[in-house]
Amino acid sequence: MSRLHDMGGRFGDGAVEPEAEDIKFHADWHPRAMALTVATGAVGAFNLDMSRHARESLSPKDYMRFSYYEKWLGGLANVLTQTGVITREELAGSVDPAPSPLSPRKLTADRVAGVLAKGGPVERPSNVAPAFVAGDTVIARKFAENADVSGGHTRLPSYAAGARGRILRLHGSHVFPDSNAHGGGEAPEPLYAVVFAAAELWAHPEHPNDEVVVDMWQSYLTAAP
Amino acid sequence: MPHDHASHDDPHALLPSDPALRVKALETLLTKKGLIDPAALDEIIDTYENKIGPRNGARVVARAWSNPAFHDALMKDATSVVADLGFYGRQGEHMVAVENTDTVHNMVVCTLCSCYPWPLLGIPPGWYKSDAYRARVVREPRQVLAEFGVVLPDDTAVRVWDSTAEMRYLVIPQRPAGTEGMDEEALMALVSRDSMIGTGLAGQP
Repeated sequence: MSRLHDMGGRFGDGAVEPEAEDIKFHADWHPRAMALTVATGAVGAFNLDMSRHARESLSPKDYMRFSYYEKWLGGLANVLTQTGVITREELAGSVDPAPSPLSPRKLTADRVAGVLAKGGPVERPSNVAPAFVAGDTVIARKFAENADVSGGHTRLPSYAAGARGRILRLHGSHVFPDSNAHGGGEAPEPLYAVVFAAAELWAHPEHPNDEVVVDMWQSYLTAAP
Repeated sequence: MPHDHASHDDPHALLPSDPALRVKALETLLTKKGLIDPAALDEIIDTYENKIGPRNGARVVARAWSNPAFHDALMKDATSVVADLGFYGRQGEHMVAVENTDTVHNMVVCTLCSCYPWPLLGIPPGWYKSDAYRARVVREPRQVLAEFGVVLPDDTAVRVWDSTAEMRYLVIPQRPAGTEGMDEEALMALVSRDSMIGTGLAGQP
């Protein structure tokens, strides 16, 4: 486990606390933090994978003490600074903010409904041919780490690293986060739903028939011997 | 090999420590730089507080229960079917419907962050985003279910879907017995948000 966000299968977190369906936020500033993140993302200065990586790269101390939307704010401030959209001096309030060259792309109120409805699909044509079909047995990469960037972003969870699973379905070819989070381009490749027996993942599975399905890019997988 | 420098020197620490002030400071800065329209924030908040929520998903489920052709199309290509209903959009660009049966109960999680089908269910509830749910549901789904008051028969397998990519999963709960004559609106009332994540079952008529 390289970063704290990769917590699937961890022990010791206590009970899950259900809540009523009409509770949307837990503090007055939460909806503002959500909307600020969504609106800033729409400017297009950074992509979704960079944004996720900024949140999960918060220091372990901050990641654990921050509430959910504090992680969003921390990640947003960091990714905006890392991409040069804002400066540290502007963030600290020690200089007057300079107008941004990106301001023509500002999300205006009249465009919100259209932008949210349009979304950001990530299925792409790819020159990487699918190597597996449903039913094939595969092994997930041994290391739940970015193969190209040390300490970089990956969407391979630690608990599935090295495990033997079966291809359930091909989702088409999708943008590859391990590349897209680090300026390496979208590098689309086939994406699969891979099903793992609980007994393959855990020493003490709750039930012999339980399974976990993980979406995995082709380069996370090799054919099982 | 390139190295990742994303975690160095914590720019966010330059913001005020109180989170409410932190939001305000960031909004003010981005507004002054011409990157944020505060009225757009109001519009986004209104959308997810009042316009987009679990009733969208409930309509999809109720229609799948009552219309076999819709059901078959949904199971085959959920993305285009929900788009036709106007439920396409951010965080729901690639949808897959998974159906509960007597032998399989589906549950959805994102162990790495909080991925969730926003156009169908709204923004995720607090517990879905919690460390406890993210950490535990892949390892001990039945114990988590019990915390929601759900106990499954021993011959029902649990299949947990970890949303590690941009695919978003909608659980179609089992249609309760005794609902044969009910129309779509009445069926919708039996479909809770939790039943579409898999931490609940459909309500009884």
